[in-house]
Amino acid sequence: MDVERLESILSRYEGYPQDLIPILQEIQDQYHYLPKDELKEVAQRINVPLTRVYSVATFYKMFSLTPKGRHQLRVCLGTTCHLKGGQRLLESMTSHLGIEPGYTTPDMQFSLETVGCLGSCAQAPVMMVDDKYYARMTIDKVPKILKLYKE
Amino acid sequence: MPKIESVDHLTEYRRQVRARRDPKQQQVLVCSGPGCLPMGSTEVAQAFQEQLQEKGLQGKVVLKSTGCHGLCAHGVRVLLRPQEIAYQKVTLEDVPEIVETSLVGGGVVERLVYHDPVSGQPAVHKSEVPFYQGQKPLVLRKLDEIDPESLDDYLALGGYRTLRKVLFKMTPEEVIEAVERSGLRGRGGAGFLTGRKWRLCRQVPGELKFVICNGDEGDPGAFMDRAVMEGDPHAVLEGMIVGAFAIGARQGYIYVRHEYPLAVKRLSQAVEQAREFGLLGTNILRSGFDFDIKISQGSGAFVCGEETALIASIEGNIGEPMPRPPYPAQQGLFDLPTVINNVETWANVPEIINMGPEWFASLGTEKSKGTKVFSLVGAVNHTGLVEVPMGTTLRQIIFELGGGIPGGREFKAVQTGGPSGGCIPKQFLDLPVDYDSLQEVGSIMGSGGMIVMDTTSCMVDVARYFISFLFEESCGKCTPCREGLRQLLSILNDITSGQGKEEHLALMEEICTTMANASLCGLGQSAANPVLTTLKYFREEYEAHIRDKKCPALVCRPLLTYTIDPEACTACLACVRECPVGAISGPKKEAQHIDQDLCIKCGRCHDVCQFDADTKLRSKS
Repeated sequence: MDVERLESILSRYEGYPQDLIPILQEIQDQYHYLPKDELKEVAQRINVPLTRVYSVATFYKMFSLTPKGRHQLRVCLGTTCHLKGGQRLLESMTSHLGIEPGYTTPDMQFSLETVGCLGSCAQAPVMMVDDKYYARMTIDKVPKILKLYKE
Repeated sequence: MPKIESVDHLTEYRRQVRARRDPKQQQVLVCSGPGCLPMGSTEVAQAFQEQLQEKGLQGKVVLKSTGCHGLCAHGVRVLLRPQEIAYQKVTLEDVPEIVETSLVGGGVVERLVYHDPVSGQPAVHKSEVPFYQGQKPLVLRKLDEIDPESLDDYLALGGYRTLRKVLFKMTPEEVIEAVERSGLRGRGGAGFLTGRKWRLCRQVPGELKFVICNGDEGDPGAFMDRAVMEGDPHAVLEGMIVGAFAIGARQGYIYVRHEYPLAVKRLSQAVEQAREFGLLGTNILRSGFDFDIKISQGSGAFVCGEETALIASIEGNIGEPMPRPPYPAQQGLFDLPTVINNVETWANVPEIINMGPEWFASLGTEKSKGTKVFSLVGAVNHTGLVEVPMGTTLRQIIFELGGGIPGGREFKAVQTGGPSGGCIPKQFLDLPVDYDSLQEVGSIMGSGGMIVMDTTSCMVDVARYFISFLFEESCGKCTPCREGLRQLLSILNDITSGQGKEEHLALMEEICTTMANASLCGLGQSAANPVLTTLKYFREEYEAHIRDKKCPALVCRPLLTYTIDPEACTACLACVRECPVGAISGPKKEAQHIDQDLCIKCGRCHDVCQFDADTKLRSKS
C-alpha cells in the first residue's frame, strides 16, 4: 500500500462517514481503481463497516475494483447517439480492441466503457477518450483514433 | 478580488467594474458549450488569441470563451459584439479571415453566417437567425455574453443584485410569497410548485436546514442543466442563496454528475470566488445571514437524479431511494428539512425576484408559468438549446425554431422527458407544451429533453432502448421495477428479433400498469411511459414486427437482410475490409456479394459504404 499517497488524500477530509464517496473518487482518480488494502484503511479511518465501503464501490459505475487501462474510452449510448448509430460504433470498438465494454485490454492500454449520455447530443454519435471529445463519429475513424493513443 | 464587507461596498465595486468597461469595445465570444466543445472550440479560441497577438489587437479586442450559444448544430459558433455578428461552423482555418475582415476591416465574412436553406438569404446578425426568433431567453440570456469563470462579468450584468434586495429589503416570508405568486414549478420534471415546497420546509421547526441543487442530469438527450452550470454558474449560486435565506438554511450542496467535469470545475470556481468575495460564508454583506455551499460529485448512477437517492448519495451511501412521505422538505439530508431543486429552477429564482413575480407569471400558460429550456436534438435541422414561453407548440419548436426535418424526410414522433417520458406522434404537433398537456398525451416534461424522430427511427426499438437503459440503471431495491424491467426488456428483445407473439402486447401493458402503481420511486413509476405511448400511437409497428417479422423503419437488425446492389457497387472494397466475419467477397473490380449464411447483420458494411446507401447497399426486409 502506498501509505503517503493515501495519507495525502485522507488528510483533506475530516473523517466523517459522508466523506466516503469523495475519498473513493479521489482514490479512483489517482490509482484508476480501488485497491483492497486502501479500502480497508479508508473503512477504519472514517469509521464505517468494510461492507458499506464495498457496497458503495460496487454500486456506482465510476468505481472499479480491478485496475483500468491507461486510456478511458467512453462511448455514449444516449438516445440521440443510439438513433445515430452509437451501438454500431461500440461494436466496432469492441472488435478492434478485442474486449467487451467494462473490460481492459490485456496490455493495459485501453478500458472500454459505455455512458448513458455525455450531454453533447447535438453532435451525436459522440465518444470520449480520457477528457477529449470525438464528435459525429463514424466507424471508419475508429482505427485512426485508437492509433493516436496506442503506445 | 477584494472582500466585500457591506452592501455599499458591493454597489461601489459593481460601479467600478462597469466603469472599466466600454460598451463599444470589440468582443469576440467563442462558444465553449456542450455542442461546440467537441467541435474544437478550445482550439478556435486559442487561434483567435494568437491572431490577435499577431495583429497587435491585444488589449483592444476582448476575447472570451462563453457558455452555450444555443444553435449547436452549427458549431463552432463565434459572436462578435457589439455588432452581434453571428458566425457559425467556424474552424481553425477561418480565424485569420475573421480577424482580418471583421476586426481589422469592419466587414462581414459572408460565407460564415447563417443562410436560409430555401432562399439562400444570409442572416448576418444574431437577431435575424430564425432559430433565435420566437425564443424568450431568461435562464439562457447571459450564456453567450459572460465568461463563466469571471465573477466580474456576472456582476457587470446585474448579478447578485437580487441577493442584495432579498437580504436587506425582504423578509424570508416575502421571498417565499414572491416565488409562490410567480407560479414557478420545478424544472426537474415533476413540476411541483417551488414556492409551496419552500414554505413546507420553512414551516418545519429547527435551526438546521439544507438546500440542494440537483445537477445530476442523466436523462439521455438532455443537456440544458449542463449548459447552465457550465455557462452561468453564479446564477445557480445566487438562486440557492436566495432560497437558503427564505427557508432558513445555512448549508447548501450542489450535486453534479462526474460525467460533466467542466460543470464541476466551473461551479467549484464560482463557489470559491463567491466565498472570497464575501457572498458566501458567515455574515454575508453584514446581514447576519450565514450560508455556504459544498460541491458533491455523483459517481455514475442515473437513479441519483431521484431526490431521495441523491440525498442518500451525499450522505455517503449507495443511491437507493426511500419511500415518501416524509418528503425531503420535512425530513431530508441527515434527516433534516431540505429543499431540493433542479439547476434550471434555481437559475430562474434571481430573475423572478428581480423582475417581480407578476412579470414571470405573465409568461406561459395558466398552470405552467414562465419559460422552459429544451434541448432539441435528433432528426431536426437546428439542433441545440431553445428557451420558449410555456405553451409554445411542438410545431413551433420543431419546425420554426428547429428548422424542420433534415433530408426532406417526414416527422414521425418527438420524445420528451427522457426515459420517463413518451413518444408523441404527429397528430399532436399543435399541442401547446406545458406540464399538464404533455401528461395528457402520455408523456412528461421531464427536464426538457426533446428528441425528434423521423421515419428512419423504429418505435419498437426506441421503446426497447429506453427499457434497456432503465434496466441497467434500476437500483434493484423494489421488485416491481427490478423484475418488471427485466420482463419488459426480454419481451421487447423477442419482438425486435422476430420472436414476438400477439399476447406479448397485452402482457406488456399489464406489467406497465403494475410498475406504475407499485414501484418505489419515479424511475420505476414512469418507466412504463415509453412502452405505453409507443403501444398506443405506433401499435402497427409492433404488429409488423410480430406478425410479418418486418421492421418498417429498417432498424431492427435480426429482421433485415443486407444485400449489395450490383448496379451501384463500385468495388471499392470498404465493406470487405470492415466485415468482421468475412462474409463479403467477389471478383476483382466487380460488384461484391454478401454470403447470407455468414452474415451476422452487424450493419457495418452499410455504415462504411461511401455511396448513397439507399441505392447502393441496401438493407431490406
